[in-house]
Formats: sequence, structure tokens, C-alpha cells
Amino acid sequence: MRKLFAGLVVVAWAAATPATAADVVPGLLFDMGGKFDKSFNEAAYQGAEAFKKKTGIEYLEFEPTNEAQREQALRRMARRGANIIVGVGFSQTSAIETVAKEYPDVKFTLIDGVTEAPNVQSVVFKEHEGSFLVGMLAAMASKTGKVGFVGGMDIPLIRKFACGYEQGAKHAKDGTEVLVNMTGNTPSAWNDPTKGGELARSQFDRGADVVFAAAGATGVGVYQAAKDGGKLAIGVDSNQNHLHPGTMLSSMVKRVDVAIEEAFTDAMNGEWKSGLKVLGLAEDGVGWALDDNNRALVSAEMESALGAARKAIVAGDIEVADYSAGNSCDY
Amino acid sequence: MGETFLLILLLIDATVRVATPLLLAAFAGMVAERSGVVDIGLEGKMLAGAFAAAAVAAVANSAWLGLGAAIVVSMSFALLHAYACVTHNGNQVVSGMAINILVAGLGPTLAVAWFGLNGITPALEGAGRFIGLNLPMSEWLAPIPLIGPVYAEVVSGHNILVYLTIAILPLVALLIYRTRFGLRLRAVGENPHAVDTAGISVAALRYRAMLLCGFLCGIAGAYLSTAHAAGFVRDMTAGKGYLALAAMIFGKWKPVPTVAACLLFAFADALQIRLQGVVLPGIGEIPVQVIQALPYALTVILLAGFVGRAVAPKASGIPYVKDK
Repeated sequence: MRKLFAGLVVVAWAAATPATAADVVPGLLFDMGGKFDKSFNEAAYQGAEAFKKKTGIEYLEFEPTNEAQREQALRRMARRGANIIVGVGFSQTSAIETVAKEYPDVKFTLIDGVTEAPNVQSVVFKEHEGSFLVGMLAAMASKTGKVGFVGGMDIPLIRKFACGYEQGAKHAKDGTEVLVNMTGNTPSAWNDPTKGGELARSQFDRGADVVFAAAGATGVGVYQAAKDGGKLAIGVDSNQNHLHPGTMLSSMVKRVDVAIEEAFTDAMNGEWKSGLKVLGLAEDGVGWALDDNNRALVSAEMESALGAARKAIVAGDIEVADYSAGNSCDY
Repeated sequence: MGETFLLILLLIDATVRVATPLLLAAFAGMVAERSGVVDIGLEGKMLAGAFAAAAVAAVANSAWLGLGAAIVVSMSFALLHAYACVTHNGNQVVSGMAINILVAGLGPTLAVAWFGLNGITPALEGAGRFIGLNLPMSEWLAPIPLIGPVYAEVVSGHNILVYLTIAILPLVALLIYRTRFGLRLRAVGENPHAVDTAGISVAALRYRAMLLCGFLCGIAGAYLSTAHAAGFVRDMTAGKGYLALAAMIFGKWKPVPTVAACLLFAFADALQIRLQGVVLPGIGEIPVQVIQALPYALTVILLAGFVGRAVAPKASGIPYVKDK
């Protein structure tokens, strides 16, 4: 009996720990808002799924429902043998900072936040560059000369979207008015579609006819309001054009999926590096989505204007102000 | 003048949309508490109703079936509450809280099991939603100053559940104050012993009150997921049940002040949304944080300064045990 038990333990141990150093056990910690928010977290999920499909390697995952679970979840993954853990969202910053110290042999990748530690890779995006392009698109599609922005939680990251968007709108058409609303000051602002809908409606009432939402699942309400009111909406993070074909003008895509797939793949191949990684238009880390669902809404003129602007930004001829650099929107 | 006037009308219009679920839930709470049952589970019942409505509407593609399902589910939870608190004299706050927690987890879990989506139901379209109705005559009235815009913006254009709510609320008030059932309901909340002595079943009255409470919460839930939004999202009630309880206490357990309290909360919320980023003459742009604190600040000021003493029904929260 004892022998059998010992045998079982060996089998369990063999299954739980990597046989060779090259074996990678990835872990993914989502942000609040949930895996299927059709936006930011869903992009992360798709990245991890793509990795799983290519390599056949399963990953550990966790969706926190309150702040206290973040650190617990990271520790539990590390204890269960994960050697590359990706935390999605700026709110994971302090949790990763703490847990990375406790597990110096585990690699951590933090998306959307920056922290310095020898075993942490921080991936940030130049959201302002992508937002600039969709801002141009919004201004060119608007008939009233007024465009709206609905943010989720009021944090510098979301202000960064708003700032780039405003600049892009004014770049395309001087004098375009940009209405900016934030949903709230707490993480629940990512999950309040009725409030998002009301915010969008208030902007339509004030004359806006295109609205860009950077608000997680709250955005679902914004896009619905645009559809109900016969206005145009712009999605964020994932390509959301398919949600309401005909009223989704485009989506500002942020390739969180690529970043996560890369982190896992690099860790597997031993190419993973700690430090800061910034993905912008030049790296195709951000961009705007054009597919069958919004083809009819985007004219050739818009497309070429955006293409030219993209080139100019990459070349440095257009400088898009980064709100997070000085916590102000000066351009 | 013209633009400001239109802005005010749109503000009132938004107030009506936001106030509808609050009104229904506050009246549900009022009916329950007037019968002597504290119902902290308004939030949970509303959320259950919202999930049931969205799930059934998505499958059957009928908002009306969704509404029916919401009412049935919400009433079942009300019965559960009544069974725990009236039949078994359980603690009413604990039972209500248990329902809230149960529903908060159950909705998203069932959504995963049935639709393969995490915590949400499929987006509703067409017949699966209650959409805004344009009342007749709005075009005919449009040229008339004052009445035309008021009719077009404030009165017309809501979905059927808003009008239904406006019709139901006076009926509930009449039921409580002008019928024999209502008299007994109020009596059982103040002095159940007297009601029992008169040969009327305390338990039966409280059960009926809870059924009515569940009915109203069900409509509120269906409104959230099939009329105001287009699908169920995790925690979509966002504290409206508790806000409704506060409005009811604010309104001293009486219909008209409760309506006023609900409208005030909704107005503050609508105002908060519209004031963001607006430049006020003479003041300039107000910081977002100040505006977002507005509804809460308003509540505290009013509660502290203007409401005075709020006295609950005497037997509210106390299980009725017959003297031996």
C-alpha cells in the first residue's frame, strides 16, 4: 500500500513539474472585467489560446473578482509550477511587484503597467498613436463636427486614449469638438453597460455622431446606444467591428494577444527578456481594424489619409502627445 | 434659451430612464416592509430577473416571454425569502443577503453553462428587446412651442416598461391605502398580534406581500437587461437594489415621498453624466471627480438636513411568533 502511494506521488510530481528546463508552464492572470469582455481581456485570452493551439501547451488561468485575489492567484500559479506568468492590466502592477520578489525564478510579464525587477518584463502600448488614427477616422466620418469619447475608469491610461483621439480628430478636421466622459473612479466602471449607454446618449444629445469607447465591458452599452440611435461607434482593444456591423466604424486594436503569445513563446525558446517593451504603430502593437463589417463605412479617402498619417507617425513627422508622460494633454 | 431648454428636457428624459428600475424596486421594498418583512434582497431579485429576462429573450427571441420569466424567477426568490423568514422565523437580513450572494454567482455561472459566455448573455436584437415607442401625435404636436418638444422628448420615446411602471405605481399605492388587503397589510407590519387576534393569518398576508414584491422586482430586472441595456452582464444592477432601499427609507415608507426620492437619485445621476466636461458660465469646467461625487454628496446633505426622523413600520424585521 505504501509503495503504491509513493508511486502515485512520483507520478503526480512528474506531471506537475517540468521534466526539462525548456518546458514552459504558462500562467495568465486576467483583470477584472472578465475573460469575455469582448475587449481587453478577451484579446489576452485569444493570445493565450493561439499559443495553446500552436504548441499544445496548456496554461493556468485565473479571473479575479476582487482586488485581494490578485496576489493570491499569482502565488498559487507560481506554487503550481508556472514559470512564465502574464498579468494583464495596470491594476496588477503592485501585485506583480510583490510576488515577483517572492519568486525570483519565475518570469513575470506585466501588460499595461511598468515595474522594475530583474524577473519582470513590462509591456506597454502607444495607445495614443492608435487613438490618433481612429480620432482622424471619427472626425472624417462625423457630419456634425462633434465626436465623443467614453472612458472606463478615470486613470492616466484612459486619458492617454482620450488625448490621442482628440489630437487625431483635430488633425483631420480643425475645429472638431471632442466630448469626453469617464464612467467612474472605481474598477466597477469597466462593467457598467447601462451607464455607458447613458453616457453615449448624453453625447449624442449634445450633437456628437461618432463615439469611441475605451471602457472594457462598459463599451458594450456604448455600442448598443450607437446602434439604437443610428450613430457610429469605435471599438477598442479587440477588433469589435463584428458586434454591430453597419454602425461600428472601426476598432482601435491593441495587440494584447500578440504580446501574450510572444511572452509565452519567448519564454519557451529562452528568448524572454526582462525590462520595458513598448509597442506602437511601428511595431504593429496598435492599429485600427478594417474588415468586411466596416468596409462600407470607410471611404477610400479616409483609408489613404489614415495610411499617410500612420507613415508620418512612424517616421516621426507627426508627434502624438503622450498623456502618461506628463499627466497632461499638451500638443 | 432654445438649447438650454432642450438640454433640460433631455435631462428629464434621462432621469425617467434611470428612475424606472429604482421606482419599481423601491415600491417592492415598501410593500415588503409595510407587511413587516425587511427585504434587503431587492438587489438579488432584480439581478435574477435581469438574468432570466435576458436568457429567455435570447433563446425565444421575445422580450415579453423574457419579462414573464423575470417575474416568475423573481417571485420564486421572494417565496424563498418568505419561506425562510415567515414560515421559519429566520433572520430577514441574513436571508436577503444570502439571496443577493447566491444570485450574484448563479447568473454568471448559468450564463457560462448555457451560452458558453462568461457572465453575460448574448446581445439581444429585434423582438428580444423592448425598444422605444414613438407615441402618436408627436409629429402633429411638434410645431407647438413648449408642448411639442416636451411631448416629443420627455413623454414619447420610452419603452413600454416605462409606461407600464407609471401605470403600476399608482395601483400599488391604491392597493396599500385604499383596499381591505392594504389595510391588513399595513396592520400586519405595525401590530401582527392584533391582526392575528382578528382571525387573519399573518403568514398568508406576508406571503402575499412578498409575492407582490417579487413581481415588481422582476419587472425592474427585465427593464435593466431587455429594455435599458441589451443583455445581461455580471453585477449589472450595480447597487440599484440598495439605492432603492435608501430611497424607500428616505421616503419614509410612503409612496409619494418614495417616488420623489427615486426621482431625485435618478436626476442626480443623469445630471452627473451630463455635467462632465461641460463648461458652466462663470465657473468654467468642473473637475470630473467633483461631479462624480455629486449624487452621494446630495444624498448625505438631504438625509442629514431635510428628511427628519424616519420611522419604520413597528413590526418590520421581527418574525411573528404566536404567544403560547
